[in-house]
Amino acid sequence: MSKFFSALLALLIAGGAYAQERFPGIGRPATRAEVQAWDIDVRPDFQGLPRGKGTVAQGEEIWEAKCASCHGTFGEANHTFSPIVGGTTARDMETGRVANLRRQDYPQRTTFMKAPSVATLYDYIRRAMPWTNPKSLSDDEVYAVLAYMLNLADIVPAEFELNERTIRDVQNRMPNRNGMTTDHAMWPGRGFGTERNKPDTRGPACMTDCRLEARIASSLPDHARNAHGNLLLQNRVIGPVRGVPTAPGDFDFDDAETGPMLLARESGCLACHGVAQKIVGPGFAEVALRYRNQDVAEALAGRVRQGAQGVWGNVPMPPQPDLKDDEIRALVGWILAGAPEK
Amino acid sequence: METNDDLTARGALRPAPENFLTPSQIAEVSKGRRDFLRAAFAAAGAVAAAPAALAQGAGDPDILEPLPWATSLGKPVAALPYGQPSRYERGLQRRQSPGLTQTDAASVSFTPLQGTFGIVTPSGLHFERHHQGWYDIDPRRHRFMINGGAPGMIRTPKVFTLDDIMRLPSVSRFHFIECGANTGMEWGNAAVPTVQYTHGMLACSEFTGVPLRVLLEECGADFAKGKFVLAEGADGSSMTRTIPIDSVLSGEVLVAYGQNGEMLRPENGYPLRLVVPGVQGVSWVKWLRRCELGDKPYGTKDETIHYVDLLPDGTHRQYTSIQEVKSVITTPSGGQKLLARGFYTISGLAWSGRGRIRRVDVSTDGGRNWVQAQLQGPVMAKCLTRFSAPWVWRGETALLQARATDETGHVQPTYGRMREVRGTRSIYHNNSIQTWRVAASGEVDNVQVL
Repeated sequence: MSKFFSALLALLIAGGAYAQERFPGIGRPATRAEVQAWDIDVRPDFQGLPRGKGTVAQGEEIWEAKCASCHGTFGEANHTFSPIVGGTTARDMETGRVANLRRQDYPQRTTFMKAPSVATLYDYIRRAMPWTNPKSLSDDEVYAVLAYMLNLADIVPAEFELNERTIRDVQNRMPNRNGMTTDHAMWPGRGFGTERNKPDTRGPACMTDCRLEARIASSLPDHARNAHGNLLLQNRVIGPVRGVPTAPGDFDFDDAETGPMLLARESGCLACHGVAQKIVGPGFAEVALRYRNQDVAEALAGRVRQGAQGVWGNVPMPPQPDLKDDEIRALVGWILAGAPEK
Repeated sequence: METNDDLTARGALRPAPENFLTPSQIAEVSKGRRDFLRAAFAAAGAVAAAPAALAQGAGDPDILEPLPWATSLGKPVAALPYGQPSRYERGLQRRQSPGLTQTDAASVSFTPLQGTFGIVTPSGLHFERHHQGWYDIDPRRHRFMINGGAPGMIRTPKVFTLDDIMRLPSVSRFHFIECGANTGMEWGNAAVPTVQYTHGMLACSEFTGVPLRVLLEECGADFAKGKFVLAEGADGSSMTRTIPIDSVLSGEVLVAYGQNGEMLRPENGYPLRLVVPGVQGVSWVKWLRRCELGDKPYGTKDETIHYVDLLPDGTHRQYTSIQEVKSVITTPSGGQKLLARGFYTISGLAWSGRGRIRRVDVSTDGGRNWVQAQLQGPVMAKCLTRFSAPWVWRGETALLQARATDETGHVQPTYGRMREVRGTRSIYHNNSIQTWRVAASGEVDNVQVL
């Protein structure tokens, strides 16, 4: 057996179970600590829930410090996110259905009006909150914050301690715990026993004289016409259509190149000088770098006016008799400033 | 009754007389000075018998006069090391819908569908939906982990680097991605002016990656026990969604790193995202860091508090995932104005999360009569399909609609049918037939026909 093959065989034996894999050398086993660090999900049936505890009072302190600025002191605020608390009743906690969800006129759907499982709230706070510093709360702090939220929603009393056992009782008081269904046709394949369901909406396949009249049931209100800015500027300047002007203003395509940049192009400077890089002569950025913090503006203006050779190589720069002195000064100042686009 | 020839002639009148005028002459006309215009017409009329001779006296200045780009040196190669669109295209950008969200880090920007061609969305115009802001993650420090939700689900939990994943055999496939909330602002009434805002949480790309099934098998997944997959992101929200096992087993769910020939853009999940064809965008977890195989669904925040469909009886539908058959006309569309009477190509996009598009019909009278549109090939499963239909606009008021049918025979519903079943207060999965009203002025606006 060749050295190579014996080495390969040793590798396969050492690899044990991995020798059966299709793609040897791809991936490696995760350590227990790695899985623990990332596997933080908590399912509605509490699988994955860590042990811990926190009281309403402890939660209030954390809430005031880290949560209230977005969610409001009572979880009622809507200035940053949808409200968390509100719209649920004691009756809802008995039935597990939020009555206000049936009302067509109820203005807002809060977190507690929708959330069917308390474990989901634990999972989400732990993984994603606080907004600007997610995953910074300890497991106990998450219990405490959640206890405070449950108290705001009148689901637990003020002296309540939430822990890995009492959270199961809380589940039985969640106002919308019975408000969800998976009986629809929009889950692909198996999982919920719905694979034979048919789509619930279906259009007509009719081709001619399908309806007597096409009545317009809704059109864009006038006040919404320019709520998205000037639609003229949200379409092309060519093609079969143009945007409708819904606010003052027109396209300005020249703003990318004004002042010295335009002058440099029109004067032919850019034929030999790139802004960043050398073409025939040095790039403007290179010039700016070489003369950084040096008082060379007048000297450079002279070279532009009369031409020069040898500073950057043997290719001569021709004289520029057509440029006015103030134009040359503007160009040199701009080049020494790094040739900004505007 | 006008004949087709008449209409063609009228359509052909559109460029005149402006094309014979210089910009300064046009400016004079718009100031109300028409006297010199008569002189220009008289000059043109004098040579009307020989139209080609027009150029002798009056002609298009963009032909007659030297143009800067034809008379000077252009820019060097690699002046823009990563190219940019023309500055004249700057009207077409991702834009937010004012007032839709209160914080920009948990918000949406919309693809300008009113200006895209074919089926591929330029990566820089791909809509954005972030739940807690986006990051440009260092791909050398990104890891992808597979583990089991219970013992025995996965024989060997594993960690993969991008090096690992990019060494594996890859596939590249075209698929649409649509946010479940696309057209969500329109459930109750016409609310936003253009197709960018009504339908712009929609994009289509060629994605390159490795089937998730391959990676799960590599870890020794037990698919007899595993019924659901949890996907989790590496961003601040560590967004999680439950992924259908049958989609995974079919091999269509990809752990993707490529998009339109380059790596994913950071806003789209660089360096790794899940691709779940036919399923709403929220399940295409970006910055993908972990998949877990489990025996039950995960009831995550975005499966219980958001992305649940409210029905009239107060029940929420949970785990609604498939983006059902849908289409929209993109040209002409809301907020646009037709240039003049005459010939147009009605053009738009159709798609279905259940497979291929079988046909698209177009109506110009609000759904009373329909004609079958042409489908531009290739027609691919769970991918955008471009359709078109010729149309001669005679200056009448028109109600433009498109109606798609997918290969399962499912026909896109009307708003009337949709609301009978699902009410008006849902946010998600509105695939109703869109109507654009063309006014006599040529202006197009957003209306709803039940």
